[in-house]
Amino acid sequence: MGFTSSPASAPRLASAKIVVAGGFGVGKTTMVSAVSEIPPVNTEAWMTQAARTVDPLTGGSGKVTTTVAMDFGRITLAEDLVLYLFGTPGQPRFWQMWDDLSRGASAAVVLVDTRRLDASFPAVDYFENDSDVPFAVAVNLFDGEQTHRLDDVREALRISPGVPLLACDARSRESVVRTLVAALRHTMDTAAPERGGAAAR
Amino acid sequence: MRPPHGPGPGGANPWVRPYVLTGGRTRTRQRLHVHTLVSVPYYDPGYADLLPPEARSLYDTAHTAVQSIAELSAHCSVSLGVARVLLGDMAARERLVVNPEAYTSPYDPRLLERVIDGLHQLAR
Ligand SMILES: Nc1nc2c(ncn2[C@@H]2O[C@H](COP(=O)(O)OP(=O)(O)O)[C@@H](O)[C@H]2O)c(=O)[nH]1
Ligand SMILES: [Mg+2]
Repeated sequence: MGFTSSPASAPRLASAKIVVAGGFGVGKTTMVSAVSEIPPVNTEAWMTQAARTVDPLTGGSGKVTTTVAMDFGRITLAEDLVLYLFGTPGQPRFWQMWDDLSRGASAAVVLVDTRRLDASFPAVDYFENDSDVPFAVAVNLFDGEQTHRLDDVREALRISPGVPLLACDARSRESVVRTLVAALRHTMDTAAPERGGAAAR
Repeated sequence: MRPPHGPGPGGANPWVRPYVLTGGRTRTRQRLHVHTLVSVPYYDPGYADLLPPEARSLYDTAHTAVQSIAELSAHCSVSLGVARVLLGDMAARERLVVNPEAYTSPYDPRLLERVIDGLHQLAR
C-alpha cells in the first residue's frame, strides 16, 4: 500500500470476534462486561432495507435506514491479538444486520433465559438456519438455579444435537470464559478453516 | 443521488443523515468487518482539513491508535454503517491502513487455539 505501510516498530495486531446473541434482557451486556477490559461500548448500527418494508419516512428513495443499538467489549489476549465480543440485538427482524455483525466471527453464543425461552428463539433459529458461524447455546442461570433441564431447553428451542448446550452465569468471568471456550472448541471441531474466510458471504 | 427527505414526527428526519454522509452507499470496496483493525500511521493535516466533520473525526481518532471499525464508530459517535463507508473510502485512497488478516480464516485452528489460551489466562 505504498507510503501508508505501518511503521516497523508497531507489532502487527490481529483481531478475532465472538458474537453474543439472544433476546432482550437475557444477559448479553452482562456477559460482555464480565470479561471485557473496557465497559461495554454502546454504538449504533444502521442498515438499509428495501422500501417494501412499509415506512412513511422512505421519501422517494426506495430505501429506509434503521438504527439499532448494540454493544461490544474488548479483551487484549496478547501483544498482537485482541478479541472483540459483540452483543447483538435480540430481534433478527433486521437479518442483514445480523449477517453483518457476525460475518468473520470465530464463534457465536446464543444466551437463553429459561423463564422466557421464546425471547431467544429467533437467535437460535438464525444460527441454526441462516448463518455459517458455529454456535453454542448458553442458559443464563439468573438466580443460580437450573429451572429447566438442558434437554428440555434443547427440545423447546429445537437446537440440533451437535450444538453445545451449557449452563452459565453471565456475571461470572470464569463461567463466561468457559462458555466462550466451549463455543470456540465447537468451531474447531466442526468448521473447515477454508470457510468463513475474510471474504466469505 | 437525492437523499430521502421530509421531516419525521419529531422534526428533522433522523434517517436522512446517513445518506447525506455517504451519498446513499452502503457497500465499500474493501470488506471491512466491525472488528477489522485500522490505523492512520501517516497523518496528513491538509487531507484532514478537507474532510467533512464525521470523516475528520474518524481520521483523527484512527491516528491515535490501532483500533477496530466498531471502536472508531463508538468514539466518534458515527453509526457503524456510516463509519464503515467513510473508513472504506479512506482505505481505498490509501489514507488508512487496514491491518491485513493475520489468519486466512476466523476458523483457523491456530487462531482458535490462541484465543482459547488467552481466555484461560483471563479466568485465572
Ligand atoms: N441476578 C442476575 N441478574 C442478571 C444476570 N444476568 C443479567 N442479569 C440482569 O438482567 C438484566 C438484563 O441483563 P442485560 O445484560 O442488560 O441483558 P441484555 O439485554 O441481553 O444485554 C440486567 O438488569 C442484569 O443486571 C444473572 O446472571 N443474574
Ligand atoms: Mg444489552
